[in-house]
Amino acid sequence: MISSLTAERLACARGDRKLFENLSFRVRAGQALAVEGANGSGKTSLLRLIAGFLPPAAGRLIVQDASGDSDDADERGKKIGWLGHHDGLKPQLTVQEQLTFWAALYRGTVNTGALAQVGLARQADLPCRYLSAGQKRRLALARLLMSNRPLWLLDEPFAALDTAGQALMAQLMALHCGQGGIIIAATHDPLGLGNESLKL
Amino acid sequence: MSPFLTLLARDIRLASRSGGSAFLALSFFALVATLVPLGVGADLRLLARVGGGVLWVGAVLAALLSLDRLFQGDFEDGSLDLIALSPLPLELTALAKMLAHWLSTGAALTLLSPLLALLFNLTPAATLTLFLSLLLGTPAVSAVGAIGASLTLSLKRGGLILPLIILPLLSPAVIFGAGAVSLTLDRLAPGGALGLLAAFSAGAVLLSPFAAAASVRLNLGG
Repeated sequence: MISSLTAERLACARGDRKLFENLSFRVRAGQALAVEGANGSGKTSLLRLIAGFLPPAAGRLIVQDASGDSDDADERGKKIGWLGHHDGLKPQLTVQEQLTFWAALYRGTVNTGALAQVGLARQADLPCRYLSAGQKRRLALARLLMSNRPLWLLDEPFAALDTAGQALMAQLMALHCGQGGIIIAATHDPLGLGNESLKL
Repeated sequence: MSPFLTLLARDIRLASRSGGSAFLALSFFALVATLVPLGVGADLRLLARVGGGVLWVGAVLAALLSLDRLFQGDFEDGSLDLIALSPLPLELTALAKMLAHWLSTGAALTLLSPLLALLFNLTPAATLTLFLSLLLGTPAVSAVGAIGASLTLSLKRGGLILPLIILPLLSPAVIFGAGAVSLTLDRLAPGGALGLLAAFSAGAVLLSPFAAAASVRLNLGG
């Protein structure tokens, strides 16, 4: 578990273009932060920066947990549950095969209820090429749950989901915060978690 | 199963499923090896003389067919982000992908090569040398190829530029591999050429996971 994530005067540049600078925020355990902004304002870049894929042009990110403060990107990466813009699924593999693979890669346990929880129990043996965009999103959500990471980075978590799927997403996010997790989500829709929001 | 073996098993499974690269590489290798004798003609001495070189070049090109997708598929569908955040270091990720590529192409091509050597009238001793040289040399193709694949993973037409990067680097493998076959045909010991080939392969396999991982890191940020 981590107790807080702090950004100190972060700046991000892509090529010659500055996306944002002097960005500071702090998210504590059990809190969610909605990152809002127009298309191209740097929401995804901020998430990739937190994940450690992208080095910050200036400033630093500090994770505080039981063992103290750390600004090491690799260490931070091991605490992150990632739900990106792409679902990261292979069309040739079945729903169950994907989940088993990611569980083994993340040293997680395959929770037999995970698929039922996201409403994919009947599709377990179906290759992913037959899934709809919303169903793929649900499978990515099952993987996020299974990864068992405290810091969730979500890029447009409600995209492609139907009304029931969006309700499920909101419910799982509330559950994650309730268990002391942290959520940072780039979104255009309200998260409905009584969360703070950050305008880019 | 450890994360390393998990990734290795998944990549082999993807390569062997319908639309996978393993069958494609084998078919390409067999077709090239069949077409060359048709073009060169039925001069058995000439065929034996060029056989080692043609089969080696054919094997390198066949292995190249699927190399551009080594990281690109995972990069495009977002899997590479998730793999990068997993407990498996990127160096071991690159090694697993390299090994999966070798098992599904290089090793399979090596097993097929004695059959194709018949088309070139290679002597049994030369066939054995060809088999050994491919066994020792094809890991270098996957290893050097992984560096090229990691450099071009975000390019839309990376498959076109990849051969330009890695084929020159693979010339030592072709020279020593085909050279070993020629030495055997001349009734000389191929041990020296095979030894140099093995050294080249070992060096490539040892160094390339680090180079490929560094390049994947750059691309994830880009």
